[in-house]
Amino acid sequence: MSPLIPKGKRPWTTDPGHIHDAPHPPPMPDEPESTAGSSASPPGPAAESLEPIEVRQAVEEEREPHGDPAPVPDPSEVEVPKELADEIRRAMKRYPRKRSAVMPALWAVQRRYGWCTPKGIRQAAAVMGVTPGYLQAVASYYDLFRLEPEGEHQVLVCTNISCWLRGADVLLESFCEAAGIDGPGSSQDGKLFIRGFECLGACDLAPMASIDERYYGPLTEEDARAAAEQLRSGREVLPDKRLEDRPAAGGPDAKEVKG
Amino acid sequence: MASQETRLLFRNIDEPGLASIEAYRKLGGYRSIEKAFKQMTPEEVLEELEDSGLRGRGGAGFAMGKKASFLPRGDMDKYLCCNADESEPGAFKDRELIQKNPHQLIEGLIIAARAAGANRCFIYIRGEYDLQGDILDRAVDEAYEAGFLGEDVLGTGEQVELVVHRGAGAYICGEETALLDSLEGKRGNPRLKPPFPAVQGLYDGPTLINNVETLSNVPHIVSSGADWFKSLGTEQSPGTKVTSVSGDVKRPGNYEVELGIPTRVLIEDLAGGPRDGRRIKGIFPGGSSSPVLTPEEALDRPYSFEAMADAGSMLGSGSIIVFDDTTSVVKLALRTARFYHHESCGKCTPCREGTNWTVKMLERMIRGQATPIDLETVASVQTNIIGNCLCVLGDSMAMPVGSMVQKFRDEFMDAIERGVPGASLGAPSGDPAIAPAGQQPMPARAGAVA
Repeated sequence: MSPLIPKGKRPWTTDPGHIHDAPHPPPMPDEPESTAGSSASPPGPAAESLEPIEVRQAVEEEREPHGDPAPVPDPSEVEVPKELADEIRRAMKRYPRKRSAVMPALWAVQRRYGWCTPKGIRQAAAVMGVTPGYLQAVASYYDLFRLEPEGEHQVLVCTNISCWLRGADVLLESFCEAAGIDGPGSSQDGKLFIRGFECLGACDLAPMASIDERYYGPLTEEDARAAAEQLRSGREVLPDKRLEDRPAAGGPDAKEVKG
Repeated sequence: MASQETRLLFRNIDEPGLASIEAYRKLGGYRSIEKAFKQMTPEEVLEELEDSGLRGRGGAGFAMGKKASFLPRGDMDKYLCCNADESEPGAFKDRELIQKNPHQLIEGLIIAARAAGANRCFIYIRGEYDLQGDILDRAVDEAYEAGFLGEDVLGTGEQVELVVHRGAGAYICGEETALLDSLEGKRGNPRLKPPFPAVQGLYDGPTLINNVETLSNVPHIVSSGADWFKSLGTEQSPGTKVTSVSGDVKRPGNYEVELGIPTRVLIEDLAGGPRDGRRIKGIFPGGSSSPVLTPEEALDRPYSFEAMADAGSMLGSGSIIVFDDTTSVVKLALRTARFYHHESCGKCTPCREGTNWTVKMLERMIRGQATPIDLETVASVQTNIIGNCLCVLGDSMAMPVGSMVQKFRDEFMDAIERGVPGASLGAPSGDPAIAPAGQQPMPARAGAVA
């Protein structure tokens, strides 16, 4: 290290606005010459060494990204299944600006591959003419886009206020137990994926769950076991707890008005 | 006793097949659209809506006709977005309206588009409502086939296009500017206002954004007139309200009532009141974002925009959550705060950090590790969030949590001294480490935190 020299007495000048262009300082009197190159050469950038500096890693895994982000894929280089490409193109046609079709495209990818796979995202990016990174950024913002493989059947247990008041935590635990897992996640056989979810908008069914995108409630611990069994064996799930079959809450004697 | 319900939007709600265009037309549907397009000018439709005093049913309660009148006139592409991203904890009215009567919404939307001069419409429905989205898709196709949508609506030469856009699970996309960003294919972050969407909204064009229930009212106002509509409800809150009542009541569900009905009728007569042997401890009168009220403050008050504002709370989306005397308010505050912490988009510091630290401090209280200063800090964090962010998500946590600290202070002080016994912290969504058992009456389980 160079000893501190007060400003103004320094043997070199630097432009503070262009610190990266500043000439390399000549060696200080007490520095061995070999570390700073020849003092006879005029001040200027030292020849850059391209040899990587060897470092001993504390951990094996590297955090640094490998290379630059992927550019917009060339459509001629990416093979896209025809149905997927058609679905994304149809979505793009519906909106005045094609970028609006990002979410429909991600839904299409997820439906086809089970989750937003890097391959699927690259295919959608090629069709839409955006970078895969952009699609990944959007996908990671929304709770329903899956960024890693998950169990085949999705069980989302609502844990928000109204369901929590009615015992949603116990229900979530029962689902996990029925799936044979300690906490939210995928079951060993890959058939079930259980997670707690924020308000699903069905507080009248509390406590409830969304199973493969359909609502069921109010559910008991017994229902959780039954549903897991039915999902595993491919039978109809909780036929008597479906939201579709529920009439409005009010009685039949409600006053109906019309002008 | 006759039911206190007054069904306007919920008329014939359980009629089999109402979701199909044939059944809807047989019951008098799509007549208002004929009237609005063939007998009225756009200005007359707008005037009718303004006269009706219909207030937005999504949360803010802003006059719908007035909002539509803010859109500039002139020959440009204008947009109408229906906000069906119903994600407010406690709200489930739009779900039932869409699922059972989608054509009422579509008819209202087309008429509102005429009033606002909008030619491109979108319904942004939350991704979780997959069944309702499918029903809506079918209904839109039927409306196109019947000539109510398309380049030439009912042969009048007017163009109205409608696209159903599905979200993917983000509460913040119910905020109008975040909804627009999401619809444009971006991450749904709220925008700085002004410019307001009425001037520069979707694709930088003038945009009107309305809730499902608001638009579902439109066909009835056009068919029967503003004066008739004003005969329902109160002077400042005309019309009916589909009210979602949930939580610790015997019969949770959607009840459509005239605005201004006593809150007690909704909670005790219609929803059946608390379970036997329990007492109501408090209510959220307008979804989880509204400051909580004690039963003394709430029950004898009319259920209307102005009366709830007088009580220091709000009608919001019209969703009542009741909690009874077995509920720990500290845990309820934590459950509420966790939701907003999870859903904060992170754009504004007061909301991102405020929700995070509120959660941490409440967790400490429940474990009995907090100090009295923590309570003051929780209260001051809430006041420092309100009004300091681009959108009201942070405020939506600050208002209920702040009101709980204010109204149930003893319980918070108790928690600071002793923690909350028998406690789990509730399950944070998506967090792999769940703690079992929510409320105290639920069977106690092993592994409790306290």
